[in-house]
Amino acid sequence: MTDQRRPSPGTLIVGASQSGVQVAVTMRELGYSDPITIVGAENQLPYQLPPLSKAFLSGTADEESLELRTAAFYADKGIRLVLGEQVGEIRFDGTAGEAVTDAGRVLSFDLLALTVGAAARRLALPGVELSGVGYLRNMADARRLQADLATAESVAVIGGGFIGLEAAAAARSFGKNVTVLETADRLIARAVAPEVSEFYRAAHERRGTTVRLGMSVTGLVGSNGRVTGVALEDGEVVAAEVVLIGIGVVPRLEIAEQLGLECQGGIVVDEFARTSLPGVVAAGDCAVMPNPLTGEGRVRLESMQNAVDQAKVAAATLVGQPAKYHAVPWFWSDQGNLKLQIAGLSTGYDQIVLRGDQQAEKFSVLYYRAGHLLAIDSVNGVPDYMTVRRALAQGGQIPAGLAADSSVPLKSIVVSAAPAAGVLA
Amino acid sequence: MNTHATESATAGSTLVAAPTIRYYAPGGVLFEIEGRIGDSVMETGVKNGVPGIVAECGGACSCATCHVYVDEASLELVGAPDDLEDDMLEGTASERLPNSRLSCQLRIQADFNGFTVHVAPEQI
Ligand SMILES: Cc1cc2nc3c(=O)[nH]c(=O)nc-3n(C[C@H](O)[C@H](O)[C@H](O)COP(=O)(O)OP(=O)(O)OC[C@H]3O[C@@H](n4cnc5c(N)ncnc54)[C@H](O)[C@@H]3O)c2cc1C
Ligand code: FES
Repeated sequence: MTDQRRPSPGTLIVGASQSGVQVAVTMRELGYSDPITIVGAENQLPYQLPPLSKAFLSGTADEESLELRTAAFYADKGIRLVLGEQVGEIRFDGTAGEAVTDAGRVLSFDLLALTVGAAARRLALPGVELSGVGYLRNMADARRLQADLATAESVAVIGGGFIGLEAAAAARSFGKNVTVLETADRLIARAVAPEVSEFYRAAHERRGTTVRLGMSVTGLVGSNGRVTGVALEDGEVVAAEVVLIGIGVVPRLEIAEQLGLECQGGIVVDEFARTSLPGVVAAGDCAVMPNPLTGEGRVRLESMQNAVDQAKVAAATLVGQPAKYHAVPWFWSDQGNLKLQIAGLSTGYDQIVLRGDQQAEKFSVLYYRAGHLLAIDSVNGVPDYMTVRRALAQGGQIPAGLAADSSVPLKSIVVSAAPAAGVLA
Repeated sequence: MNTHATESATAGSTLVAAPTIRYYAPGGVLFEIEGRIGDSVMETGVKNGVPGIVAECGGACSCATCHVYVDEASLELVGAPDDLEDDMLEGTASERLPNSRLSCQLRIQADFNGFTVHVAPEQI
């Protein structure tokens, strides 16, 4: 520093992943010209997570192909990356702030975005430290799992959620003996209707994976420091040389708590991605926000769509051009050749309508509340999914009574939104 | 997926330069980017900051926000979309045209030098 007037220290983004990169990119697109620094704990260029349990695990995508942007891109946009360092201490009085990384680097800022994401929920059981046992949240996890899978014959997955099932499908495609152990009485229970859960159970079994529901795991057993099996409540041990624990994620709140931000199962933000402290936004897996479709209650969404769209909202807020979050939530999960696509949020549904043919592995489930379309889950049913996604975005409706007839394309029965009062010409 | 049959392996050859992909962003600005063989046209564009390619699903053929119009001269290099992509293309925000493709489904091959796309103006 010379004796010039001190320029604005700029924006600090904590967390260098989908959401953090998007905040930076959108701020630049909106004309922000002060410094932007992204600090990320992982020692590599930010990359996509979804392929880790799909294409990357199956060997059809390499690390370089997953990078979000090239190093030259960040340099060109004046986005400074501090990688391989974790923010420990942080303070901010609303106008000036300072963060210190575990390497002792001090980063000053006057605007702050928290895009710290979530960490894999840990299983607190004996034997989790055995080698061959792990989680799947980042590239390091994925590399380790890939290496472990290379030599294993049998694989156990603890947790029948999306990531566990995707990894199970990938392992099964390599011909491994795969067992999925789920405590609940159905798969993906948090996200989909029982009918969809049952479809997935049967579909994975048809492909040779063993799915065991209502199974309480009591620990992991091993020999010479390596896992050999998963112990169940009734004393049975399921043999496994590789164990993947996929029991959900927990939002990272340490930094938000240090700053005294309101947290309730996530960093609480409003529809502008603003936290309880002016000048601080949060986005992505770490944030909990008002339900974007109904405005009722709060949701924390673990999806690419949300990481990207909420980051854009956060960036707009930081540059002083606030725009409300209005995106329709959507999600997908590829399990082998089963493409699940979800649009909307089905929470609180009181009716479902099934379309298509579950036997043919091509069907959709539409969710309604009080006759009002909330969401769709589609398996290999892109036209239905796209129609519902669009209808939800435009306020259109699809009458439940007509939707069950699979011979009628959904597209042809969309009722467009009623014009707002007073707009009728 | 990709329907183009040309051998993409260039191992051992020092004569084949990385193919240059040409992107016309919405508004007409041209971006010329060296592609890595095997990467998708979407990945190459996004990583290098071509505006207008949203690509929210990161290439899983699940979002239809990487819609491009392939230049007439380049069209024969990529052929027609498969069924999944064809269905997804029905839901693009900008009008679907005969040369519409999802750029995440276009894999760069050794002979893609000069491959040209026009990014669709609306993606969401
Ligand atoms: C295997 C897998 C498969 C998935 N599949 C899908 C899918 O098919 N579809 C879908 O929609 N979504 C999927 N998701 C979810 C999606 O990837 C996430 O919702 C998205 O990545 C969230 O992005 P984020 O930026 O909010 O958080 P994260 O990606 O969690 O990034 C947070 C980053 O912040 C860093 N960080 C945290 N604290 C600090 C600190 N103090 N200092 C420095 N750095 C810090 C972390 O190291 C991390 O890199 C998947 C996720 C995983 C793990
Ligand atoms: S990136 Fe989503 S469909 Fe191409």
